[in-house]
Amino acid sequence: MPALTPLEIEALRLSLRVGVVSVAASLPFGLAVAWLLARGQFPGKVVLDGLVHLPLVLPPVVVGYALLVLFGRHGPVGGWLYDTFGVTFAFNWKGAALAAAVMAFPLMVRAMRLSLELVDRRLEAAARTLGAGRLRVFLTITVPLMAPGILAGAILGFARSISEFGATITFVSNIPGETRTLPLALYALTQAPGGETAAWRLALLSVLLAMAALVASELLARRLDRRVRGVG
Amino acid sequence: MIEIDVEKRLGAFLLEARFAAPATGITALFGRSGAGKTTLVNLLAGLERPDRGRIAVGGAVLFSADEGIDVPPERRRLGYVFQEGRLFPHYSVRSNLTYGRRSGARGGAIGFDAVVALLGLAALLDRRPGDLSGGEKQRVAIGRALLAEPRLLLMDEPLASLDAPRKAEILPFIEKLRDELRLPIIYVSHAMEEIVRLADTLVLMSEGRIAAVGPVEELTSRLDLRPLTGRYEAGAVIRATVAGHDVTYGLSELAFPGGRLRVSHVALPLGTPVRARIRARDVALATTRPSGISFRNIFAARVTEIAPERVPIVDVRLDIGTPAQPVALWARVTARAAHELGLAPGREVFALVKTVALDRASYGRYDPAPGEDDPL
Repeated sequence: MPALTPLEIEALRLSLRVGVVSVAASLPFGLAVAWLLARGQFPGKVVLDGLVHLPLVLPPVVVGYALLVLFGRHGPVGGWLYDTFGVTFAFNWKGAALAAAVMAFPLMVRAMRLSLELVDRRLEAAARTLGAGRLRVFLTITVPLMAPGILAGAILGFARSISEFGATITFVSNIPGETRTLPLALYALTQAPGGETAAWRLALLSVLLAMAALVASELLARRLDRRVRGVG
Repeated sequence: MIEIDVEKRLGAFLLEARFAAPATGITALFGRSGAGKTTLVNLLAGLERPDRGRIAVGGAVLFSADEGIDVPPERRRLGYVFQEGRLFPHYSVRSNLTYGRRSGARGGAIGFDAVVALLGLAALLDRRPGDLSGGEKQRVAIGRALLAEPRLLLMDEPLASLDAPRKAEILPFIEKLRDELRLPIIYVSHAMEEIVRLADTLVLMSEGRIAAVGPVEELTSRLDLRPLTGRYEAGAVIRATVAGHDVTYGLSELAFPGGRLRVSHVALPLGTPVRARIRARDVALATTRPSGISFRNIFAARVTEIAPERVPIVDVRLDIGTPAQPVALWARVTARAAHELGLAPGREVFALVKTVALDRASYGRYDPAPGEDDPL
């Protein structure tokens, strides 16, 4: 395959940026929600559970539209953010990252919640008898033991983010250099006549990117797993 | 003192425990599985919360429903050695050991090197918990709890998951904690032979309640508690001190109120408190003082109690002490012999002791150094 064209590089860099930022920004929230769902006991837990999983079952265009209404420059959240912090998600790469994060959130939470449920709570109890408070137990016992799940959640979230299409195009449109990630660039090419070769190249690029993420996660997960099991 | 007065309901099970025990030496919690031993220890450690009641250790109130006190486990300073070790799998042995030892904490009365030496951990420090044997894991778990500098150590059946050789490997270490560190220990077990070897005070539990509390010697010789203590081979435990050595014949003499026991030489200095265990089946009875007999331990005794017959044998409780300090001894004879000798409470007889097993008794209760404070 010949060297990447400027257009491809632009879409690739944008996709990576959107993927990394959406995962990094939503990871703490994902961890918090996973913790609430796995360990919390509070009224409305079922509602929270449903809400978190909603993007998994809704048409992405509905999510995109909801984001547009809420986070648009004049939306209730978007307007407040703009007036208070001067931040806007409307029609820029940050909006694309937000859309990707919302769509990837359920996958990320699921992976982390599963691994949290597998953490041996007796080890946490042992740590507390050794003088560690709740926060120290969480940081030194719980998080390391669920590390494989956090990693899996992050990789899944990243893969989902870079392949996000429907919510993104609805929320922030398809603006070259700003919101045109790989899938959106691919979509644009398929809409124009004579774009088959370029479209194939982008499709292949997407596959390579996804494969690289999965292989990297598999290798990392093996190492973490050995660590958590107390060998090697 | 360890003062406990708590109630805790777990489904259909109700734990209602009230007792006070000295916070020195080893206090054993004994009972069948399901008696509520682990629950009680968890309540002490703060890992479970009583429905009502009060818990205090060495004067510090750890829980009080009335006063609204519930000290979180991390601030109770109670070390906990669990049955399954519970080592942190993602840390090395060294990091496990130092987990409870925060920088600048309490000046380090128990040093890392001292604990490593005491428990023989030097060769294990860079290993991971996954590579350790069961006995090694328990030793690391004990060291980890010690290094958090607890005021009281809780051990919940620390030997239960180990086979006999591993048990024999750990027991001396627990004795060292008792004798060298003088750390008060609550020791949960359903193995009476461990308790007789280690403990000073026995807390008998049955179906969520405390059945009896008292010195091990006393409770193990009480007939009414036999249904609870019974799994241990019947016998008596006698407190004594090393009173003399006979180099020529390789013997030692142990003094107890009312007499002296002659045993094979023990390499302990004069005055060392020891605990002699005498099994009922190693004691024979005679109505007149026998002469021309190889037994060297013959004591004038009075029958105090006769256990219900379980044909063909019957256990006879004797007193071989002084009027001021009775010392209980059990003899197992055939029911036929008991009838023919006319054994009955009050009858004067002679007890012939064949074998004596020795444990080194805890310093905690036997010779508190003058003026030394309660370690708590």
